[in-house]
Amino acid sequence: MTAIEIATATTPTATAPTSRRRGLLRQLIDSKKALAGLILLALFALLALLAPLLVPGDPSLINSTGSQAPSAAHWLGTTAKGQDVLALTLWGARSSLFVGFTVGLVATAVAIVVGLAAAYFGRVVDDALTLVTNIFLLLPGLPLLIILAAFLPPGTSTVILVLVVTGWAGSARVLRAQAKSIRGKDFVAAAVVTGERPLRIMFREILPNMASVVMTTLLGCVIFGIGAQAGLEFLGLGDSSVVSWGTNLYWASNDGALMTGAWWAFVPSGLCIALVAFAIALVNYAVDEITNPRLRNRRARRERRG
Amino acid sequence: MRLILRNLGFYLLAFWASLTLNFVLPRFMPGDPVSRMFAQTQGTMQPDQIAQLRKLFGLDNRPLWEQYVSYVKSVFTGDLGISITRFPTPVTDVISSQIGWTLLLGGVALVIAAVLGNLLGIVAAWRRGGVLDSAFPPLLIFVGSFPYFWLAMGALYLFGVSLGWFPMRHAYDVGLTPGFNGEFLSNVATHLVLPALTIVLVSIGGWMLGMRNTMIATAAEDYITMAEAKGLSPSRIMFRYAARNALLPSVTNFGMALGFVVGGALLTEVVFAYPGIGYQLLMAVQGLDYPLMQGIFLTITAAVLLANFLVDLVYVRLDPRVRVR
Repeated sequence: MTAIEIATATTPTATAPTSRRRGLLRQLIDSKKALAGLILLALFALLALLAPLLVPGDPSLINSTGSQAPSAAHWLGTTAKGQDVLALTLWGARSSLFVGFTVGLVATAVAIVVGLAAAYFGRVVDDALTLVTNIFLLLPGLPLLIILAAFLPPGTSTVILVLVVTGWAGSARVLRAQAKSIRGKDFVAAAVVTGERPLRIMFREILPNMASVVMTTLLGCVIFGIGAQAGLEFLGLGDSSVVSWGTNLYWASNDGALMTGAWWAFVPSGLCIALVAFAIALVNYAVDEITNPRLRNRRARRERRG
Repeated sequence: MRLILRNLGFYLLAFWASLTLNFVLPRFMPGDPVSRMFAQTQGTMQPDQIAQLRKLFGLDNRPLWEQYVSYVKSVFTGDLGISITRFPTPVTDVISSQIGWTLLLGGVALVIAAVLGNLLGIVAAWRRGGVLDSAFPPLLIFVGSFPYFWLAMGALYLFGVSLGWFPMRHAYDVGLTPGFNGEFLSNVATHLVLPALTIVLVSIGGWMLGMRNTMIATAAEDYITMAEAKGLSPSRIMFRYAARNALLPSVTNFGMALGFVVGGALLTEVVFAYPGIGYQLLMAVQGLDYPLMQGIFLTITAAVLLANFLVDLVYVRLDPRVRVR
């Protein structure tokens, strides 16, 4: 939001079209896609927060006979061990969302620092950072993830660390490209000439002007975080004592849910991951449409006609 | 030519990085592999076994740089050590016996997804606002939101367990002797359907949307207007003028995806217990087979780098602008 306000504030043409001045967040809420995505996300966050109230007690506690189909007593059935799937799913949201958003935030922060530094300083710094970024981009993600997870002691912090290490590079490349084009603008040159400190220029002059790209990057990193965490845990490389959507899937597969036809043991967690990723993708799509008029003008025109 | 050499240098550097990572990880991580294996076997290992294992890992008392030099030397002579879970098979033998399946599964899925996705993208962009353009992208984004191993589980459950249309695991029926005959090949093909299908499902959306967006940008170029003004047929403009140029980013993506072929089918291989180095990597991790793990990681990295280098070569031929820069 602030980015566009600052952008319009610094440009002398105060008569900018109203849509540009409304701010990214306001425009997002106006977009049906984004609104649907945001509501879905809020719902998941709420369910995760309220899990201790909705399904109190230890979710991995065995409190019933195994492999029961969904019923009134167990809305989503029970696992082969006799745990309540609904409880596992709701509690799982806590760890999955926490790790996903933490990974997203940290990876984006790393990407911002690397991208801005490369774009601002240029020359040797740029060359070196770009080289490192490209190498990390090229190293195959999932295998690297597995190797790192196999060597590090298991735990949630390891999962986060490993995901950040493997997830920041793509974003850094995108942010660097965007920052580089802003680096060449006059107002940045003006700030350099007036003797502003590099850090201030990077974070106060350049960064606010890339809000939408940062937003897209952040959302992408969160999707990556949630998905990759699930993959890692599905392989049994996370902390299998933690209840999360990934570990739920790991146990479902380990307990032979597929072979015994216990679809309720693996459907809910996977569906939740997909819904969260889809919600974020919807928001992302809307950000794209807002910042890239070319993608939306056709459709907007059609809507007006209809 | 200079560009190609520069790229080659970069890829060699990247390979060196993964090589060094492989060397550094077991040596600087808390709890070295041998003591972890010792813990896992509940301390039933004899001291001389431990010493032997240390030697096997190259974790001896020599100075680090000496270990490093001999490590690099052995990798370049094709010696990746001995597998522990399949003792005493060399790691290179394990990998070479498995990689074919990975290439088959990943390759088939990649080609289908890329060809179909790009075609869909071209048509969607050409008919802006049509059914394909408005209904498909959200649908594909939704499908692409699922963890692909979960889609694999779903497909396995639906078509394997419930309907029984396709086999559920492995690459061919036990008892069948591999060979180039109709029976074996068709057996392999039926085993390939489900795993390949799930990879195609999740990856096709990316191809389609990427192509659609570049096509939209390309369609706005002046030479397209020019071609339209000349009265060329729409299909000719679509494929010869627009798609041809919009395809360039897809070529780069193809290179990236070629790397994915080797490492990316990993989770699918695990779900379907499909032989291949992805499945093998998990087995290695579970069996604490560090030499095999590292060997597979190195192989995957090398494949990714090689694929990207080849794409660079192709790209220089396809896009003359690269040569000028």
